[in-house]
Amino acid sequence: MQSLRDIRKRIRAVESTKQITKTMEMVAAARLRKAQQQIESFRPYAKKMQEMLTHLSEASGSVEHPYFEQREGNKVALVMVSSDRGLCGSYNSNIFRRANQWVADHPDLDVGLLLVGKKAINFYKRRDYKILNSFKDFDGKFDIGKVREITNYLSELFISGDVDRIVFVYTAFLSTANFKIAEMQFLPIKAEFEAEAEEEESSAAREYIFEPDPETIFKQLLPSYALVLVQMAIADAIASEHGTRMLAMGSATKNAGEMIDHLTLQRNKARQASITNELLEIVSGAEALNK
Amino acid sequence: MFKLSIVSPERVLYEDDVESLVAPGIDGYLGILTNHAPLITSLTTGKIEIRDVHKKEKIAAISQGFLEVSNNTATILADAVEFAEEIDLSRAESALDRAKKRLNMDSGDIDLPRARNALIRAKNRVRLVKQVKQMNR
Repeated sequence: MQSLRDIRKRIRAVESTKQITKTMEMVAAARLRKAQQQIESFRPYAKKMQEMLTHLSEASGSVEHPYFEQREGNKVALVMVSSDRGLCGSYNSNIFRRANQWVADHPDLDVGLLLVGKKAINFYKRRDYKILNSFKDFDGKFDIGKVREITNYLSELFISGDVDRIVFVYTAFLSTANFKIAEMQFLPIKAEFEAEAEEEESSAAREYIFEPDPETIFKQLLPSYALVLVQMAIADAIASEHGTRMLAMGSATKNAGEMIDHLTLQRNKARQASITNELLEIVSGAEALNK
Repeated sequence: MFKLSIVSPERVLYEDDVESLVAPGIDGYLGILTNHAPLITSLTTGKIEIRDVHKKEKIAAISQGFLEVSNNTATILADAVEFAEEIDLSRAESALDRAKKRLNMDSGDIDLPRARNALIRAKNRVRLVKQVKQMNR
């Protein structure tokens, strides 16, 4: 059995760990709230933009734009959104597993990886994958400047013909305790807003005035839409990161609590055993004198 | 009366019924009243004027965006938008100074269109704040 001193030491160590995980849980919760706000304040914009694109595309017919170009080539860029920091449970490993799976599922494609977040960079550094580029320093905070930078880089990559398709793998934020790894085809942009159009036939009948012509508006609107897509993926990923971290730290705190309970019990037992021992020694000592 | 919503990536700035709207279209300011014909246009940096159902006027600064009108619903998608009274004049002025300086630096490594845009945006904001201050006097 462990000595009383050892047990006391361990209790203290576990207690301070518990304090740290508790704090991290609360920090993650605060950051999650912020990230959630970010998503919520952004959703109306994304939704309205989709509506506008729908109306625009149904009113103007088919529009040619490099973003829509479907190519035959097999070069794909897989963008992976991971975190910069660890201690967030299976958040990053789930992303890696899904990405590896994706690569394995498409042996005919020439897949290049685009890594977002330090964890992905470290993970793939020593592995045999083609890496196109990497971005870091999001550090769990949403930064529109960096999102813009990534979007510009990606559209450049696509338009120049270096890749024929860009796919995102990220963690979709469904609720504070529910996250799902999601895939999203970024470029070429799927004309999904055309499918929606059928539901609203009344608006199709409307004759729009365009100022300037629809093509020009499309050209201006599509880069914004591309930005919106990237922004959604990254905002979701950041919120999920904090969410997973909060859950992971919450269960770590709980485990530490249980461990402390267990150790306290052991400590009490050990204390009692030593008291009993001492008593026995005293009693038997006294008895030896009486003889 | 028609419904107006102004949204930017950061937030929903305005969502209510209004009497009229004036927005900076790409080829000049356009006024929207009730029962306007369906319209989609891009907007440039400038001033948005709203007159709500109580005849109260509001002024906002927008830097680029899009406007859609249909079915008595107007939607403005803005890259950035804020009400004039929310703008911090000293901050806007220092942004203007910075933009001017950057354009004057004349070194090869600046992104000229971007610097120009920044200057236009900063000018717009400063102008609107001053305008609103004068109106309230």
